[in-house]
Amino acid sequence: MTTPAPADALRPHAEQVYAGELRALAGADDRPRPPRWRMSPWAVVTYLLGGTLADGTVIMPKYVGARRLVEVAVATLATDRALLLLGVPGTAKSWVSEHLAAAVSGSSTLMVQGTSGTAEEAIRYGWNYARLIAEGPSDAALVPSPVMRAMEAGSIARIEELTRIPADVQDALITVLSEKTLPVPELGREAQARKGFNVIATANDRDKGVNELSSALRRRFNTVVLPLPVDAESEVAIVASRVAELAASLELPPVPPAMEEIRRVVQVFRELRSGLTTDGRTRLKSPSGTLSTAEAISVVTSGISLSAHFGDGRLRPDDIAGGLVGAVIRDPVTDRVAWEEYLDVVIREREGWSEFYEACREVR
Amino acid sequence: MTATLDTEDPPTLGEGTSLRPGVNDLVTDPTSAGSGGAPVEVFGIRHHGPGSARSLLAALEAYGPDVVLIEGPADADSLIPWVTAEGTEPPVALLAYAPEEPRVAAFWPYAVFSPEWQAMRWALERGVEVAFCDLPAAQVLAPRPATLLDEEEPEHEADPDAAVFAAGDPRPGAGVDLGPGGQVPPGAGSGGLSPEERARWLAAHARLASRDPLAALASAAGYDDPERWWDDVVELRHHGGPARPASPFPALTEAMAELRLLALAPRDREADRERRREAYMRQTIRAARKRGRQRVAVVCGAWHAPALTWPLPPAVADARVLRGTPKRKVALTWVPWTHQRLATATGYGAGVTSPGWYHHLWTAPDQPVVRWLAAVAHALRDRDLPVSSAHVIEAVRLAETLAALRNRPMAGLAEVTEATRAVLCEGDDLAVRFVTDRLVVGQALGSVAPGVPTVPLDADLQRQSRTLRLRREPQVRTHDLDLRTSIDQARSRLFHRLRLLDLAWVVPGESTVVSQGTFREVWESQWQPEYAIALVEAAVWGTTVESAAAARVAAVSREGSLQELTGAVERCLLADLPDALAELLRTLEAKAALDADVVHLMDALPALARAERYGDVRGTDTSVLRSVAQVLVLRICAGLTLAVVGAGEDDAAAMRLRIDGVSAAVGLLEARADDAGGLDLRARWLATCRATADRADLHGLLGGRLVRLLADAEELDDVPLRFGRALSHGVPAARKAAWVEGFFADGATLLIHDAELRGLLDGWVAGLADEEFADVLPLVRRTFGTFSAAERRALGGRLAHPPEPVPPGPHAGAVGPPEGAEEDLPALRTVDLLLGWRR
Repeated sequence: MTTPAPADALRPHAEQVYAGELRALAGADDRPRPPRWRMSPWAVVTYLLGGTLADGTVIMPKYVGARRLVEVAVATLATDRALLLLGVPGTAKSWVSEHLAAAVSGSSTLMVQGTSGTAEEAIRYGWNYARLIAEGPSDAALVPSPVMRAMEAGSIARIEELTRIPADVQDALITVLSEKTLPVPELGREAQARKGFNVIATANDRDKGVNELSSALRRRFNTVVLPLPVDAESEVAIVASRVAELAASLELPPVPPAMEEIRRVVQVFRELRSGLTTDGRTRLKSPSGTLSTAEAISVVTSGISLSAHFGDGRLRPDDIAGGLVGAVIRDPVTDRVAWEEYLDVVIREREGWSEFYEACREVR
Repeated sequence: MTATLDTEDPPTLGEGTSLRPGVNDLVTDPTSAGSGGAPVEVFGIRHHGPGSARSLLAALEAYGPDVVLIEGPADADSLIPWVTAEGTEPPVALLAYAPEEPRVAAFWPYAVFSPEWQAMRWALERGVEVAFCDLPAAQVLAPRPATLLDEEEPEHEADPDAAVFAAGDPRPGAGVDLGPGGQVPPGAGSGGLSPEERARWLAAHARLASRDPLAALASAAGYDDPERWWDDVVELRHHGGPARPASPFPALTEAMAELRLLALAPRDREADRERRREAYMRQTIRAARKRGRQRVAVVCGAWHAPALTWPLPPAVADARVLRGTPKRKVALTWVPWTHQRLATATGYGAGVTSPGWYHHLWTAPDQPVVRWLAAVAHALRDRDLPVSSAHVIEAVRLAETLAALRNRPMAGLAEVTEATRAVLCEGDDLAVRFVTDRLVVGQALGSVAPGVPTVPLDADLQRQSRTLRLRREPQVRTHDLDLRTSIDQARSRLFHRLRLLDLAWVVPGESTVVSQGTFREVWESQWQPEYAIALVEAAVWGTTVESAAAARVAAVSREGSLQELTGAVERCLLADLPDALAELLRTLEAKAALDADVVHLMDALPALARAERYGDVRGTDTSVLRSVAQVLVLRICAGLTLAVVGAGEDDAAAMRLRIDGVSAAVGLLEARADDAGGLDLRARWLATCRATADRADLHGLLGGRLVRLLADAEELDDVPLRFGRALSHGVPAARKAAWVEGFFADGATLLIHDAELRGLLDGWVAGLADEEFADVLPLVRRTFGTFSAAERRALGGRLAHPPEPVPPGPHAGAVGPPEGAEEDLPALRTVDLLLGWRR
């Protein structure tokens, strides 16, 4: 099912990037597999969290975080309950969902992107109207949705941003999730899900109330809340590895890894997020933005791009200052107050941060 | 019954049961853990582990000891019979304290699932002799000696904190098992490891092992959480399979022996105490053997097991270690305990994180996971969270799948909690926390049989009560205290401290008004039987009323809001807790600096100002208090304008009260201002009021109020002008009415005595169009309704018979009532109507 990515794909799918790892894991895995799973739940967990196989293959960690979260997610998929990944923006919900689908079904492409314009056809099925008019309703005229295709193939379907989807469209999922079937009354048949089918949905719990899930639908999901990284070291590791991957796939000119600057960005983000300096001495005001790890990653990536194209090829404080200030100040009034207070109270005094301080002063 | 021991020797065990050597040999179960006819059998358990308890009972049954020795203070032997007494319900704790200094105290808690507890019950029910074998509390609580292995260590008192939890092991659940299902860690014996690998493992784990032996074994077995590993290999073994597994204790002792080699601690205080404890245990075992006991069962933390196995080394070394150990007089008793306090979270060193879960494992007859999740669902439903049976079914499935994924014999607490979070609580951490508090930790409160004596807090309270001539009477008694006398001051102090502890024995009496009492305080006391429990509850905060109250304040200061903090400051002053106060003020200062909401600051200030005044009456140093209050005022001044503009109807009413409160507080602070330097708070405050009052976007109520405050302070010379302006034609009627309400709320004095103002008001009413009048009538009436009847009468009188001619104001042209013509004045008739005043 996995086709190799075109050589110049901007962003290859998970199953294409990690095809080697998936193969090695499936080969080494001798534990029982649920029907139609490419590998056992244990191997899926290993794929996400990384490890070394008996034959020496190194599995890169895809998700840095609590093992129990991933275990609950995989165990949920192994039962026939659907999985709902909740979290603030930038906590790797879609990332985890993509890799879970890639590992379990070997394909992460059966995906519905939830928007306020998502129609029922995207979840059930649509019609090829030319054919419909010419031939009347027939299987050939039916255009199955990713969900319907996943049901027929017995694989994982992904629904991104579930709460963005209008409530009446969301409800189309209820039959799918409880009866595991999708009736097609026009053809007098139904699509019955085969074993191995399941749904991974992601939702953002910051935008509560957008289209709150009905309790009937909510009941069909097991919920896993993905948190922000617990400690600075793991966050630095996440940022560093993702930045390296991104820079490679965007073919940015090579810039030597600047752990110092990454550490700095992560520290600034963490301090502002928690409203407390790392040494626990000073309380801070927290800006309104999420300041998620994903934003830290993009601050560093754009910094690298800046230094590669306009700078001296090394990541310097003034390369990241612009992006950083932009990420912190979301609300021009209150966030600016918080940021300037932080800048003058904390950063100015900090040893070795003077260059960074000056750079931030310049862009404000 | 209080056991007070002050003896030199290890406790002599009473002549309990007769010797039964032959019988014991006959009943030995040959399948039992290879114990055979050993004269001493050591059972290394994990404190508060239900699995250990089950294994222990089985092992005791198989071994058939004629004496059971339990790790616990040896001078508490006489308290053991209370275990089976009518009315004793675990969780309970053994409490030892120094009667002349109750601060020095130690607890040994037991739950129904504690192996020690079950061993005591087992022995008492079968009439087998049972005794404690650990270092007596008299020695645990004694001041430390100068010479005893550590010459360089200075002599010092026993650290009360360390002593409090001297009971169990410092390592939570120290102990280990290599049951049949357990993996063998490479360091713990056999294993197919080369010497190099073993050496490497040893090096890597030596540090960990010395700190937490259980964690070392768990990490060797690939577990990140030692508790979970222990659960898998010991606690859950009975739910794993139908067959009764073999006794885990021999393997456990062996593994611990290896670990002890690794973790040989340096000669510090801790190690020294361990050495003395184990020496004492060995001596007790020897004494039992010497008395002719043939089958001695020793129940102790697994960590100690290797040190106690038979045959024991010669007694000489132990005698030397124990020689000259200091003692002090101690009192011992049982106290009710709670599951909450068993939990590690409350600071009990050898605690467990989930007493509720263990209690469930101990008591559930079958299907522990299903029963547990059903109980969780029930608890959530009680909280009005919709949880259906379908939820429970799915949660059970998830928990079991997770357990399978993790290769665990059955779902443990981690799995059921995650299933609870993902299915029953739908990812809601708040709901999960509720379940944790309610069920995982549990809310069980134990009880002790009547006749068991008192806790130190109670003892301290009784002593103080005697000194202050206060009796515990069931009927209400009123105490009218004059704080100028020292006994009443001491009483007041005690009462306030009790209030801080939420002991409702004494409550403030009816006639006490906080803002007025300076020399007098009225209290009412009434004793209810359940206060005994409240006292024990409060005992967790400390062993004397004073220390407990201070600890309680510290807890508040960590979590409370700004308003709660200043409230606590006030109570702290009243209760005379200077140390707690200093801490509280530091927190207060930090929180005030952070709190951007002026409303919070305004709520917080009045209590602080009152406190400052009270402090003065009692001769407390209040300079810090004063500086904090000043900072608060300055912060309020800075933010007031922003906080009040744009306030809606409801907000304005609340804000008016706050402004009044701050104004009064500033007055209080100012009344005591030192002449030397200092900030002129009053001027700052009034200037702020003035700047704010001039804002056009201010709610009418607040506008009126601010002008009134300024008028009272004689800051304004243009009050009539402002009044007229506020009530002039360009202003909507509702706003005018609100303005009047703000201006006159809570006092008619100004209106009665200021003829000019009265004229203004009168003119305004007269000038209203019919429609407008109907609109504002209810609002204005509301204002005047707050005046007292006497004030209304006086006001009416003034209007009927003006004491002096009213100078015409800007809008007062129509007023100026001529003598005797009042019936013709529509304005006056209206005022009559407003005031509800009839002649």
